[in-house]
Amino acid sequence: MSYMKEFTKGIIKENPNMVTLLGMCPTLAITTMASNALGMGLSTTFVLVCSNIVISLLKKVIPDTVRLPSYIVIIAGFVTFISLVLQSAAPEIYDSLGMFLSLITVNCIILGRAEMFASKNKVLPSILDGLGMGLGFTLSLLLVGSVREILGSGQWFGIQLAPEFLEPMTLFILPAGGFFVLGVVIAVVNRLMNLKPREIGCHNCPNAESCHGACSVTPSSDKKEGGNA
Amino acid sequence: MEIAKSLMIILLTGILTENFVLSKFLGICPFLGVSKKLNSSIGMGAAVTFVMVCATLATWPIYYGILVPLHIEYMNTIAFILVIALFVQLVEMVMKKYMPPLYKSLGVYLPLITTNCAVLGVTLLNLSKEYDLLESVVNSFGAGLGFMIAMIIFSGVRSRLETCDIPKALRGAPITLMAASIVSLAFIGFGGVIDGIFGV
Repeated sequence: MSYMKEFTKGIIKENPNMVTLLGMCPTLAITTMASNALGMGLSTTFVLVCSNIVISLLKKVIPDTVRLPSYIVIIAGFVTFISLVLQSAAPEIYDSLGMFLSLITVNCIILGRAEMFASKNKVLPSILDGLGMGLGFTLSLLLVGSVREILGSGQWFGIQLAPEFLEPMTLFILPAGGFFVLGVVIAVVNRLMNLKPREIGCHNCPNAESCHGACSVTPSSDKKEGGNA
Repeated sequence: MEIAKSLMIILLTGILTENFVLSKFLGICPFLGVSKKLNSSIGMGAAVTFVMVCATLATWPIYYGILVPLHIEYMNTIAFILVIALFVQLVEMVMKKYMPPLYKSLGVYLPLITTNCAVLGVTLLNLSKEYDLLESVVNSFGAGLGFMIAMIIFSGVRSRLETCDIPKALRGAPITLMAASIVSLAFIGFGGVIDGIFGV
């Protein structure tokens, strides 16, 4: 039962993207098309599960002081693997994701799960946690991607939905539309789940501990600064 | 003269038309997380610019000097992230020891930068555009400056948001993202400006 909970928590209750507000860069950048969003989400899920497995296996071996660089190298290894696989298996997805495929390395969701979950738990829960979080991320990417593709180009997964005579609102596939759609989606999630207002910032950043709360210089987290000092 | 012109084009493109945050979506976390105050925006922007330029100086020779001759170009992500992590750590230590005032204003942002996708992004972008070393450095500098300008503008916008009465569901991240959308919309206006200046 508790294993089930590890898996499902990432999908809705602790969705890394919509609730914890992590991994904003890929969410904004590659969601111009639903198919890109799906490709990115699944690649991230793969890297997340693999790195969670390896990190939870090595948790006793990795010295505490160099754990972040070690995690990053493990993650970068899997990212290289998945980009080589995609390059040969699905070249069109590889091309459209471009640089953002390599940038999965620095996706804070993966590092965050490594730091907060995999380094403290056994292998099986870590796999389930990675799968759940990855699927949650994929779902929210797919949601944003679908909204943007339908409004911005009148298509969904490349299938024409809107009638031809309707001019699609190109704004939605431009960067400005990305910010806007993500903002609206998070607002809807806030409303539906009755969440407290949250800022994107250090309090949910997995690296906050290693950088000694560097951004607690901002007024909102004064309390936290006091705690760290 | 030709070189100077092409470098200027790269620099201005990085700052205005292909702004890293507002059109390429790199470095969103620090952009939204640290832009609450003008001071921290400037500090973060300067630190990112510095690390970007230095990371380019370090990664370009590694790619063309080591990875290409050995035919292991696919290792670039791993090599680059290691170099960047190492470098940031080094700068932090040196700054802490020899330049305490600078460390106080910039140093606090350094650890944040290791996992900032903008820094890894700019080094990878330089490769995909096949810039030479000088062009790469200029591009990184432009990207950093663009990041800083976007943050400074955005901190101004956000200081206005603080005093607004915002519906509950929109408070926090949603309204910040929507404000960013408007700023990004403004940057679309720079569209043809490079062509206009240089008559390309």
